[in-house]
Amino acid sequence: MTPGPREEEAAALSVAGQAAGVRIEGVNLSYGSNHVLKDVELEIRPGEFFAFLGPSGCGKTTLLRLIAGFNQADTGRVLVGGRDISALPPWKRDIGMVFQSYALWPHLSVRQNVAFGLEERRLPRAEIAARVEQALGLVGLAHLADRRPAALSGGQQQRVAVARTIAIRPRLLLLDEPLSNLDAKLRVQVRRELRDLQRSLGMTAIFVTHDQEEANTVCDRIAVFREGSVQQVDTPMALYARPANLFVAGFLGSANILAGTPREGRFAVEGGPALPLPAGLRPPPGARLMFRPQDASLAPPRPDSLLTGTVAHREFLGPVLRYGVRVGEAEVLVDMPFSGVPRLHEVGDTVAITVDLGSAHWLTE
Amino acid sequence: MSATLSRPRAGRRAFTPGQAALAIAIALFLAAFLILPVATVMYVAFTEPGSGAFTLVNVWDAFRTELFVRSFLNSLYVSAATVLLASLFALPLAYITVRFHFRGALLIQTLGFLPLIMPPFAGAVAMQLLFGRNGTVNLLLGDWAGINIPFMEGLNGVVFVQAVHYFPFILVNLSAALRNIDSAMEEAAQNLGSSGFRLFRRIVFPLALPGYVAGASLVFVKVFDDLATPLLLNVKEMLAPQAYLRITSIGLADPMGYVISVVLIVVSVLAMWLSARAIRRGDYATVQRGGGGLARRRLGPGQAALAYGTVGLILALVLAPHLGLLLLSLATIWSFSPLPDGFTLAHYARVFSDSSAYIWNTVTYASLAALIDVVLGTAIAYLVLRTRLVGREWLDWTASAALAVPGVVLGIGYLRSFYGVTLPDGRPLASLWLVIVLALAIRRLPYALRACHAALQQISVSLEEAAENLGASKGRTVRRIVVPLMAGGILAGFISSFATAAVELSATLMLVQSNADAPLAYGLYVFMQSAAGRGPGAALGVIAVILVGACTFLSHLVIERSQRTRGRQA
Repeated sequence: MTPGPREEEAAALSVAGQAAGVRIEGVNLSYGSNHVLKDVELEIRPGEFFAFLGPSGCGKTTLLRLIAGFNQADTGRVLVGGRDISALPPWKRDIGMVFQSYALWPHLSVRQNVAFGLEERRLPRAEIAARVEQALGLVGLAHLADRRPAALSGGQQQRVAVARTIAIRPRLLLLDEPLSNLDAKLRVQVRRELRDLQRSLGMTAIFVTHDQEEANTVCDRIAVFREGSVQQVDTPMALYARPANLFVAGFLGSANILAGTPREGRFAVEGGPALPLPAGLRPPPGARLMFRPQDASLAPPRPDSLLTGTVAHREFLGPVLRYGVRVGEAEVLVDMPFSGVPRLHEVGDTVAITVDLGSAHWLTE
Repeated sequence: MSATLSRPRAGRRAFTPGQAALAIAIALFLAAFLILPVATVMYVAFTEPGSGAFTLVNVWDAFRTELFVRSFLNSLYVSAATVLLASLFALPLAYITVRFHFRGALLIQTLGFLPLIMPPFAGAVAMQLLFGRNGTVNLLLGDWAGINIPFMEGLNGVVFVQAVHYFPFILVNLSAALRNIDSAMEEAAQNLGSSGFRLFRRIVFPLALPGYVAGASLVFVKVFDDLATPLLLNVKEMLAPQAYLRITSIGLADPMGYVISVVLIVVSVLAMWLSARAIRRGDYATVQRGGGGLARRRLGPGQAALAYGTVGLILALVLAPHLGLLLLSLATIWSFSPLPDGFTLAHYARVFSDSSAYIWNTVTYASLAALIDVVLGTAIAYLVLRTRLVGREWLDWTASAALAVPGVVLGIGYLRSFYGVTLPDGRPLASLWLVIVLALAIRRLPYALRACHAALQQISVSLEEAAENLGASKGRTVRRIVVPLMAGGILAGFISSFATAAVELSATLMLVQSNADAPLAYGLYVFMQSAAGRGPGAALGVIAVILVGACTFLSHLVIERSQRTRGRQA
């Protein structure tokens, strides 16, 4: 396995200063009656590592392929570096894409695979050779240049796919679930390498994934997709701390969501007690109460306890113990730190849940 | 629980006496009717006549004979040129129908198969009438442009007829290979700046190459071995016709025919090896995870006109022999005119009244051969897949090796091996019609074996184990469970063996001793050699086409229906 990108090669292939920003304006796309992308508006800054995150079928890959030119928008346009590329065919876009299946050509050697895009650009032979060396050196595969792709491991194939794409010094790098065909351990390593590579080359990159952890660890900003429309765009931490709606809250991390109605300074939980709201807090109409499992705590019930329930299950996750507590119809997850000799609540125990409603979220669909 | 049930699998005997007996019987059959004739041919080619000592003199003599060398080069030329021309037909059809949204793609793929169901020599005469010096096309060209194109002259005529007939092998293999290419392979190239013909040349075609090579080598070997088409077009200086002519005119003792046979076998084996290697290396062309084959593109108006024009022209060309044959079978007189002078059903009447023996012989021979094939095919597939009998793979390999034995070689081998064997009534065994059936059975066995093998592979072993568990013996399990479940595959194998055996000529041309024993293909050949026989010959050809076409359709239906039933069970 390789260390991070090598500085010399990285400098040779760097596009710093030329990296392109991307604007997506009012893009709609339908397959028959299936509305796959709905009024998508996005702004991706030059040099940014950006993620399209969402469950499968949310349109994120469709949008990525649209940027690469493999899909056509019904309305709207895509600007890369300020230029409308909507009418260009894929081979004139100068946008690198790493395919989910890697799509390495089995009849060509690793070297030939990497040289392909450069040959298509009719570069001088010497420059092609140099750039192939640099790209393969950058991913640490220079010694395997004469192998066929079939003779490489999954991780190595993935690196070849990346090398093949960055060799052409694209203004924009698209990554379609690049980690999904790797095993869990390798995934953590490769995502870090991708991050370092993107930094050192200064490329704008868009990363499609359904895995929030991947998006969180690799990307500067994330667009969360749901059923073809963008729910929220922000940094990973901001998305987690200030989700715009219930979908984002639920998709990024675990969330407790309680329905209820605000009434006279209290929030009446459906099928549960009425909790006193801090002074001046007025939840928006129709909003639900959302809080993270670690923002609540459990204690044995006291007579004045407001929110009580029964422990339904308990999972040991290492740093924390996660309790599932039945409150009326709903189940509330509460993480208690596991430190030293913890005080355990057993399944069936009645417990009191403490939540700081001041720091909790009030969200709608 | 009884001791039998709990006994571990490893402790079981590898086979039962019944299975061993079956294997020995099959081995004896293959030894007598495949290995012996081929070995005899080899033996004669490499031994001194009379003394039986090993020698290369026969081979040396052959290569010093100008006629042999010329025939050899002609055969190479015709085969190679046929592959080239067939590729020119197949490439655009495959590419356009697989790669683009194309109205009628399915129809084209189906029509593309049509030439295969007609014996090539039957089409040869029809093509003479359409494309020959005084054929329809040249008469029209002469009227309009004053030119005459020698489509059908000499070796090129053979090339033309063979290419029209055999191009579907390339079409089928190439289409399958193209369809199996992951769309991401192509998109990755586009993403890196490749498009148009460069994209096709650098990525798409190389990925489809194994399929193309498989089809092309098959065409090469079929053409190299074909006997009847050159003979009908009056081209004698090719290897297979030479082998036939030497044996039938000079006699069974002439060593040249045997040397030619050895050359035919060597070329066959080489081509088969090439094709097998291509397919093995072709593993990489399969669709990867998340890929779905090449994306179909829309054609622009100009492209569409070009594509439809190309496809139309090619289809017209390759379907011309069928049309010509039909016209000829209905024509009163068709000579020196673009179209027949008048139409009549008399040829059909004549065929049915005078020559119905041909038809009945064909039906009898082909069904007996197909029956032998499915029985052997089922038995070999069972032994290979369900027993651990020593040497079971050898049965499989030997039966499949028949693929590499050209028909004319098998015919010569049968004549030489069985002429000395006399029947009780004093006639030689080789003259008995049953020998024709055996030759057909051996020729078609590899195909039937593959069908049976596939059918058995789909049946879960646990179904048989359940029957054994409930008290059925091995033999009864095969009868009551295995064969009924394989029925669809076996029937499909039977029908396709029947259909192809019905139009086989290269082996039978050697073996038919009297007109009364002759099958349809032979009768067609005899008819076509005289101008007066062309009408009835064409009528026979049309009957053959209908027979084979109906069988092909039927086997399609059977396969589909058995797949549907299987789907319901699952």
